[in-house]
This record gives sequence, structure tokens and C-alpha cells, in this order.
Amino acid sequence: MSTKVLHVLYNDDDVLMDAVKTTRAAHHHIEEVYTPFPVHGLDKAMGLKPTRLAICAFIYGICGLSFATFMMNYIMIQDWPQDIGGKPSFSYIQNMPSFVPIMFELTVFFAAHLMVITFFLRSKLWPFKKAENPDVRTTDDHFLMEVALHGSEEEALEFFRNTGAVEVKVIDKH
Amino acid sequence: MYTFSGKLKTFSIILMALGIVGIAYGFLTAPKTIEEVEVILSKQHHGHGSHDAHAAPAHGEATAHEANTASHDAHAATTTAVSNDSTVHVADSTDAHSAHAEVATPAHAEANAHAAKADTHDAHAEHTKHLEHVLHQLQNKPWAAVYVGCIFFMLISLGIFTFNQIQYAASAGWSPVLFRVMEGLSAYLLPGSILFFLMLLASSAHLNHLFIWMDADVVAEDTIIQGKTGFLNIPFFLIRAVIFLAGWNIFRILSRRNSLALDETGDLSYYKKNFKLAAGYLVFFIITESIMSWDWIMSIDTHWYSTLFGWYVFASFFVTAVTVIALVTLYLKNKGLLEYVNTSHIHDLAKFMFGLSIFWTYLWFSQFMLMWYANIPEEVTYFIFRIEEYNLPFFGMLALNFLLPILLLINTDFKRLSWIIIMAGICIIVGHYLDFFNMIMPGTVGASWFIGAAEIGSVLFFGGLFIFVGFSAIAKAPLLVKNNPMVEESKHFHY
Repeated sequence: MSTKVLHVLYNDDDVLMDAVKTTRAAHHHIEEVYTPFPVHGLDKAMGLKPTRLAICAFIYGICGLSFATFMMNYIMIQDWPQDIGGKPSFSYIQNMPSFVPIMFELTVFFAAHLMVITFFLRSKLWPFKKAENPDVRTTDDHFLMEVALHGSEEEALEFFRNTGAVEVKVIDKH
Repeated sequence: MYTFSGKLKTFSIILMALGIVGIAYGFLTAPKTIEEVEVILSKQHHGHGSHDAHAAPAHGEATAHEANTASHDAHAATTTAVSNDSTVHVADSTDAHSAHAEVATPAHAEANAHAAKADTHDAHAEHTKHLEHVLHQLQNKPWAAVYVGCIFFMLISLGIFTFNQIQYAASAGWSPVLFRVMEGLSAYLLPGSILFFLMLLASSAHLNHLFIWMDADVVAEDTIIQGKTGFLNIPFFLIRAVIFLAGWNIFRILSRRNSLALDETGDLSYYKKNFKLAAGYLVFFIITESIMSWDWIMSIDTHWYSTLFGWYVFASFFVTAVTVIALVTLYLKNKGLLEYVNTSHIHDLAKFMFGLSIFWTYLWFSQFMLMWYANIPEEVTYFIFRIEEYNLPFFGMLALNFLLPILLLINTDFKRLSWIIIMAGICIIVGHYLDFFNMIMPGTVGASWFIGAAEIGSVLFFGGLFIFVGFSAIAKAPLLVKNNPMVEESKHFHY
């Protein structure tokens, strides 16, 4: 079973933004939009949900902080509490100021790296991944909107030509 | 155009009146003589039945000593009576002790009393010295309370003006709709500077002991301070203060005048003038701010020094200044007076509050940790004293200035909610008041600190004056700047 999609190309981001709004108003389902650069406000116009990546990063940061605290409490206080240059190793809080730089760095390290890895996983990006680019021009100076085709092909073609598209194609998607 | 509402005016006047009452109460109840200090101390000590070291030599001797010391003076009677008496143990008044001691006199005059007398005599001298020390601290207390409030609000208005100038120098596109709020609030700089300069004059005239290096007797015995007199001497100190305060005020008056002229004429040369003025001011400011922090705050602890202190003080009042701008903006917005201010402007201010809170913490920690880590006696006493005697304010302000703002303001949505910003803002303002309290009080009143009538009164008085002057100035010009080349962008600012 093959489904048909429309590839609608624009060469201006303002036109694209208007087109996205009219398309949504006409209840066409936008599958994807390919742009060469981030278009400010496009996600809102498309009605995409806000990202939760920042929440992830916050949780990862707390993990990093806990890890640093646990690690240094175990090594410096529990396992072998040596007297190193007179620093008080009787309890964690007593020697805490000297641990803060590590606690801070590990918090940032965990938050940053795990968030990036989360981003890669969620957006399915890795080395040797086959590029999913429907049209090479979308990385240069064209904007492509992929819309699911339901009902009459002619009507849809007519509708999208009126949105300021420079090119509208019907594609068989397998 | 904003009209200073009658309610707010009354409110600020009430604050000032309450403040004056509190300050006056602080000054009137400050002890004037050693005897009064003694009463205060004995009240504190009796309550717990514990004793100071100075009473120790007398402790455990025969009752005979009691007689000698009792006749010596009222004070020694108190200490000995309490230490070795079982009958009138922990009585309420000094009178009761001396009375008892006198009764004991004829009965117990023994030979070994002389040695004991010598003992108690030393102890007594030491004790008198201690009492004098406490007397100075308690006499300093209302002065220090007023000083903290005075410098705190003066520096807030300076911080607001500096923020305004940074916006000019950076040609910021988001903030021109807030310029009139900043200009208005920074009007407090002039009365604030005058009051603050009067405080410095009072210290220079030896009306108080806020700065120990001003005391010739102390300096005569202190080689460390002697080495610093080339910088820390009263005439040079006052000259510097005049240059700094006058400089800031002149820049502010010129900037305000150009801003109003730009409104009227639409002549862009005023904007360019203000741009250049801002660049010049920022250079002047960062140098004077640094020296100001050594003069007015660090020199209180004359034996101590820290290189990043200027930045630290700057971060402290700058974050408070941005917070005050945010709170006043929210107040005016809530009254429907700031048509073009939207949540994005508030969001930006909240980001500044958040970022600068962390910046302050970074400097606080850098200063603390370096000294804690190296533990060099001449540096670290500063913090040891604060941790031992000011434990709650010292670490409490860390919660107020770092922990609460970072948790409240990290969320993007929260940065757009008025009530969150007001809560975080109150934390920041209270926290940074405590910060200044922690910087100034230990060097002036030592362990005799207390947040009482004088401290609260001083905050109320200067806070009330700040509101009065700030809002009067806001009412003097339209709330939206005209003809500023950035104002259109600012009106449509959206994040």
C-alpha cells in the first residue's frame, strides 16, 4: 500500500510561515517541514509541542550532583579519611568547599552530555545514518513542506500553488 | 503619565515615620556608660547561669573574697556573688547581689583575702576592658544599623542607574520601554548620596566608631593600620567620597537631562550624547565602585583585605537593583500604566535576576573558598568570626540569594509569572540586605548584633524614602520615552 504526499517548495521563509498557517487553517496535515536554517516561530505555527529537553537536562544535572557528592563522600570521607594538608575529613560538610568545584563541573558535565545524547537519540541522529533529505535544495536555499494527500489531487495542487509555492510535486511514498 | 498615588505616598511617609521611631529608639536605648553595659550583660548571663572567663579567677574562693571585691565595686560583687553563692543564686538585680555581699563583709574578712583581692583585681581590669569593648559595640549598633540601610539603598539606586547606562552603551533593543522606570528610581541617588555623605562625615567627626582606623588611639598602637594611613586617612577618605558621589550624580543628572531633551526635541544628537556619556560613565563607575568598596565597606575590617571584594559588592547591589526594577515594573504594569511592557520584558528582567544571583554566588564562593582553603590566619579570621557569630545570617543569605532564586527562576514559564518574580525578588532583596549586614556588622558591633528596632527602622526609613523619591521622579515624566531610536523595537519586543 502506498501513500501519496505532496512536496511543496518555497524559496522564502516568510512565505513558508504564511503557507504553514493557511495549510493548518485548511486542515491539511503537515507531515514535515524541511528548512536550511531555523525559522523563528515555525514550531509554534506548526503547533508542535514544546521540547522537554530542558527538563531532562535539569534531572541529569541533579544526577551529576548526586554522583559527585556520593563519589567524594565515599572516597574522601568514608573509605580513607586521610589528613591531607590539614583539611578536615571528619564529615562531608566540613570539607565541602573543596569539593564544590568538582560538584559543579560534574553537574554541568552530566547535564550537558546526557542532554546532547538524549537529543541525538530522540532525533535519531548518529554517524553513518542515511540522510533523510527529500530534496537537496532544502539544505541550501529552499523550504519544503511535506503534506499528506487526502481526497482530490487537483484540488490540493491548486490549493498549494496559491500559497506562494515555487513548486508542488506529488510523491509516492512507500 | 504616572501620578504618584496618594496611597503610596502615605505608605512611604508611614514607613519613614516608623523608621525614624525605630532608629531613635535604637539610639536612645544604646548604653551610655559601662554600668549600663554591665546590667545588660549580667541580665544575659544570669538567665543561663553561665559565666564569662573574667569571673573565673574569683570563682571557687572563700566567701571572704566576696567581701573585698564587693567593697571594690558593684561589678565585681556581681560576678563573685553569683559564682560562689548558694543562697542568693541567680538573683535578678545587681542590687540584690551587692546587698548580700555587703552583709557578708564583716563576718568573713580573712587574711587570705589579700591574695584573692589581687586576683580579682586583674580579673576586674580585664573585665573592665571587656565592658568597654562591649560598650563601644553597643554604642555602634544604631549607627551601624543606619549605615547599612543608608549604603544599601544608595547602592541600589546606583545599581539601577548603572543598569540603565549599560542598556544605553549596549544599544539594547528590549529595554527602552523601561528607561523611565530606571531613570525615576535612580533619582534616589542624589538624596541617598547626601545622607550617606553625612554618615561618613559623622564617622569622620568621631561621633561613632564605625571605622577603627579613624581612631587615633587605635592607630597609635596598631602597626598594620599605620602602614595603611597613606590611603586610609580622613581628609583623603572624604575627598574620594566627594569625587565618587558627585561623579555618579553628575552623570545621572546629565543622562536624565538628555533623555528628557530627546523626548521634547527628537534631536538624535541627544541620544548620541547619552551613548557617549554611558560609555564614559561605565569606565568611571567600575574604577570608583572598586575603590568605594574598599573605602566604605572593606576598611571597616581594617586588618583584612580581599582582591575581588569590589566585584563582590558590585554583584550584590547590582542584582538587587535589577530586582527592584522588576518589582516596580510589575507594580506599574499591574496598574495598567506600562502599555508596551509585556511578559517578554519581564522575562528578560527575571533572567538578569537569575543570572546575576548566580554571578553573586560565584563571587561569594570564590572569595570564601580561596580563604577557607589556604587558611592563612590574617585572611581567614574574617570568615571564622562570621561563621561563629553570624552563622544564621551568613549561611541564611546563601539560601536566600542562591538556592531560592535558582530554583524559582530556572523555569522559563515561571519567569513570566508575576507572583513568582515577586517572591524571588523579595528573597533577593532580603538576602542582599543580609549580605550588607554581614559585611558591615561584624566589624562594627561584633558579637553584639541583633536585628532589632534600629535595624528594621533603618530599612523602613530608607526604604520609605526610596519609594517616595523614586516614585515622585517617575511621576515627573511620561512613562514611555519618545524619539529614542530603539523604542519601536522595544515596544514590539517579543521573546
